[in-house]
Amino acid sequence: MATFKEFRNNVKPNWCPGCGDFSVQAAIQRAAANIGLEPEQLAVISGIGCSGRISGYINAYGLHGIHGRALPIAQGVKLANRELTVIASGGDGDGFAIGMGHTVHAIRRNLDITYIVMDNQIYGLTKGQTSPRSAEGFKTKSTPEGSIESTLSPLEIALSAGATFVAQSFSSDLKQLTTLIEAGLSHKGFSLINVFSPCVTFNKVNTYDWFKENIVNLEQFPDYDPSNRIAAMTKIMETNGMLTGLIYQDKTRPSYEDLAVGFKPEALAKQDLTLSRDDFDKLVKEFK
Amino acid sequence: MISQLSWKIGGQQGEGVESTDRIFSTALNRLGYYLYGYRHFSSRIKGGHTNNKIRISTKPIRAISDDLDILVAFDQESVDLNAKELRAGGVIVADAKFNPTVPEGVSAQLFAVPITAIAEELGTSLMKNMVASGASWALLGLPMEVFNQAVQEEFGRKGAAVVEKNIEAVKRGGDFVLAQAGGPLEAFKLEEADGKQKLFMIGNEAMGLGSIAAGCRLMSAYPITPASEVMEYLIKKLPKFGGTVIQTEDEIAAVTMAIGANYGGVRTMTASAGPGLSLMMEAIGLSGMTETPLVIIDTQRGGPSTGLPTKQEQSDINALIYGTHGEIPKVVIAPSTIEECFYDMIEAFNIAETYQVPVIVATDLQLSLGKQSCEQLDYDRIAIERGKLVTEELEPREDNKLFPRYAFTEDGISPRVLPGAKHGIHHVTGVEHDQEGRPSESAVNRRKMMDKRLGKLSQLRITDAVKADGPSEPADLLVVSMGSTGGTINEAQARLAQEGIATKHITVRQMHPFPNDLIEPYLQRAKQVVVLENNATGQLANLIKQNVGYHDKIVNLLKYDGTPFLPSEIYNACKELN
Ligand SMILES: Cc1ncc(C[n+]2csc(CCOP(=O)(O)OP(=O)(O)O)c2C)c(N)n1
Ligand code: SF4
Ligand SMILES: [Mg+2]
Repeated sequence: MATFKEFRNNVKPNWCPGCGDFSVQAAIQRAAANIGLEPEQLAVISGIGCSGRISGYINAYGLHGIHGRALPIAQGVKLANRELTVIASGGDGDGFAIGMGHTVHAIRRNLDITYIVMDNQIYGLTKGQTSPRSAEGFKTKSTPEGSIESTLSPLEIALSAGATFVAQSFSSDLKQLTTLIEAGLSHKGFSLINVFSPCVTFNKVNTYDWFKENIVNLEQFPDYDPSNRIAAMTKIMETNGMLTGLIYQDKTRPSYEDLAVGFKPEALAKQDLTLSRDDFDKLVKEFK
Repeated sequence: MISQLSWKIGGQQGEGVESTDRIFSTALNRLGYYLYGYRHFSSRIKGGHTNNKIRISTKPIRAISDDLDILVAFDQESVDLNAKELRAGGVIVADAKFNPTVPEGVSAQLFAVPITAIAEELGTSLMKNMVASGASWALLGLPMEVFNQAVQEEFGRKGAAVVEKNIEAVKRGGDFVLAQAGGPLEAFKLEEADGKQKLFMIGNEAMGLGSIAAGCRLMSAYPITPASEVMEYLIKKLPKFGGTVIQTEDEIAAVTMAIGANYGGVRTMTASAGPGLSLMMEAIGLSGMTETPLVIIDTQRGGPSTGLPTKQEQSDINALIYGTHGEIPKVVIAPSTIEECFYDMIEAFNIAETYQVPVIVATDLQLSLGKQSCEQLDYDRIAIERGKLVTEELEPREDNKLFPRYAFTEDGISPRVLPGAKHGIHHVTGVEHDQEGRPSESAVNRRKMMDKRLGKLSQLRITDAVKADGPSEPADLLVVSMGSTGGTINEAQARLAQEGIATKHITVRQMHPFPNDLIEPYLQRAKQVVVLENNATGQLANLIKQNVGYHDKIVNLLKYDGTPFLPSEIYNACKELN
């Protein structure tokens, strides 16, 4: 069985020292090892952004695509090969701005993949513009007078879009994050894990200390029932989205792959492509 | 006896025009006639005038006709809009219900048949289509059994009683019109067909079938006219082969999902038209840059913007070739016949995997939706070539190095492993990268990688990249086209030949990379070149000028009013030039 070290490669990330994304990388490596994956059984598909580089920093199959499209690419990979464990990942701009349409529909579709968002409330790679996750009043290069748009709540959106797994974590809490990624990878269906992953270079407001002060860990509520959707929505609203832990999970809904009529339970990629003469004749006959 | 005839049915959309046409033409197909259909429809679903025209012939035809022999009309609007197309001696079969009149200046024989009344008598006005097609069939004096067989197949599922009712409707329609006409019309007596069984389908179905034959097992797409039938066909078929069709939230998702699935190892495609193609451009670049196979169908329709969504045009040529930012290897194939729609899909998937590039198969609305006879398709021509796909087990790599997915090779094509393979791990990125797929900004590497990718297609010539058809004698006048227009050109050529005017015709099937060497000899030999296309700016002509030259010989023949060329238009234009 592979250890988390086998999910490491010799590439030095080009992230700034202290960037939250380092811990997300480590948590993915640990979670993959903990659930017994071999590196070649994992595919990490990422978007564009500082965070999007993550697929190059994990020893697994990786595809670094285009901005905002990690999810459709990842869903394509999963459809092609159900035997792979597929992670999609990227930044808050990637997933909640340019790629928001895909996010909502990937949630609805419920293919068995895990989506990990590195949410730093800013655009890192393009050097500090506002993101849909930026707080109102937040001053950035593109909002010098402070953001005047309301902050998007991905957790609320996920729940209303029919999510079957919603979690949130903080990159400083490696243990919780690893556990949640393991749970997400093991969940049969789409899992969303939003991770507060501070940008130490361009976001001087939402810092490690700021998160430590403001987040609430669901562990504090021993009676919290993550299978209760109404309670989940209420808790998100009560905490203004600043909560961490497994917020909601529906274990009953089958995944897209399982619902698609006729869709092979084995990896489609391994199938013989030849069309038999008999099948060909049958198809042609319909046009006579 | 005549060898060909044109028949049209018109009415309000949703009124049974489609089904009348379907049953009538299925029966003709069974008799072995060659058929070529043209659908006139508006973007409305219910209501609005619609008509279907089919040309029936004892010889192969691939063009609509200039005129019309028989018009079947469900309302006066259909008479008024279409009667002027009737040639002298033509016939109108119209529903007596609306007291049809022949418009002024039209000399056609009118048969007012109580189409609705008969249908209602038999229980439902829904059977109007059966009465109308029965009347048409009877006027042509064709054998009844074949027609009844077609009816049997259309309604068999609904039980014997329904079949019987419909056959009765057909008979009553026929009997009524024959009593009026005094028997089948002598002038419309068709010569017997060769009786050889042909297929009868639209281009989109041929492409869907071709994709299955090519081993395509996934399709991700977003609906759009005139592409949706590809998706609708595969939705019915792919589950039988373990695959599926996924309707995505937009075309960006459709194309990127197809890229992901091709990367994952399954032959996957998407299909769209101009607006969707525009949305796909960035992703096409990703496919080119990451050398991930990809197949896209673009069914051209009237642009720009929403344009003329249900009308004929060939105006995406520039977008197909130049649309993506940066420079990537890409192949654009334009089938020109229904048979090519089938075979080209197989070739498209093979090229996509062999060269690890995006391949776009571009049709036009008339080819995609015009229902027509298709010669028997040859199972033995189906061959699947996956190029340098590594399927054998790999050895462990020294020092845990990555698999060199982008290794420099003589032909620029690198071995490709699929995710899941042990010891095959590598990285894929749209960022410029080294041989293992790692991001690299090295100037030396950049040049080598660009040359590698862009050099892959230097030798590519698809089957019949430039296809010559029609008269084979040398001629001073050369007609060049792409897509569905070839059949109409051939017909104009035949008329010109009767007047002693020799012409030559070539169809450009490989639109990109442009097959200069194959086109040049034709241009060289010709004194004058007519480049015929359904767009306003002469995109194909410009491609030829840019790549091959001969500016002084080239004349544009353009049509961009949304309708396909008619043989007479081409005939007139060529005659003027002669
Ligand atoms: C189509 C397109 N538009 C814009 C860009 C430029 N761009 C790259 S990353 C990015 C935003 C990055 O923010 P986020 O997704 O939050 O990632 P982070 O860098 O913060 O991790 C933008 C706008 C691009 N690459 N592609
Ligand atoms: S700019 Fe911000 S998000 Fe990007 S690497 Fe640096 S700290 Fe991380
Ligand atoms: Mg960000």
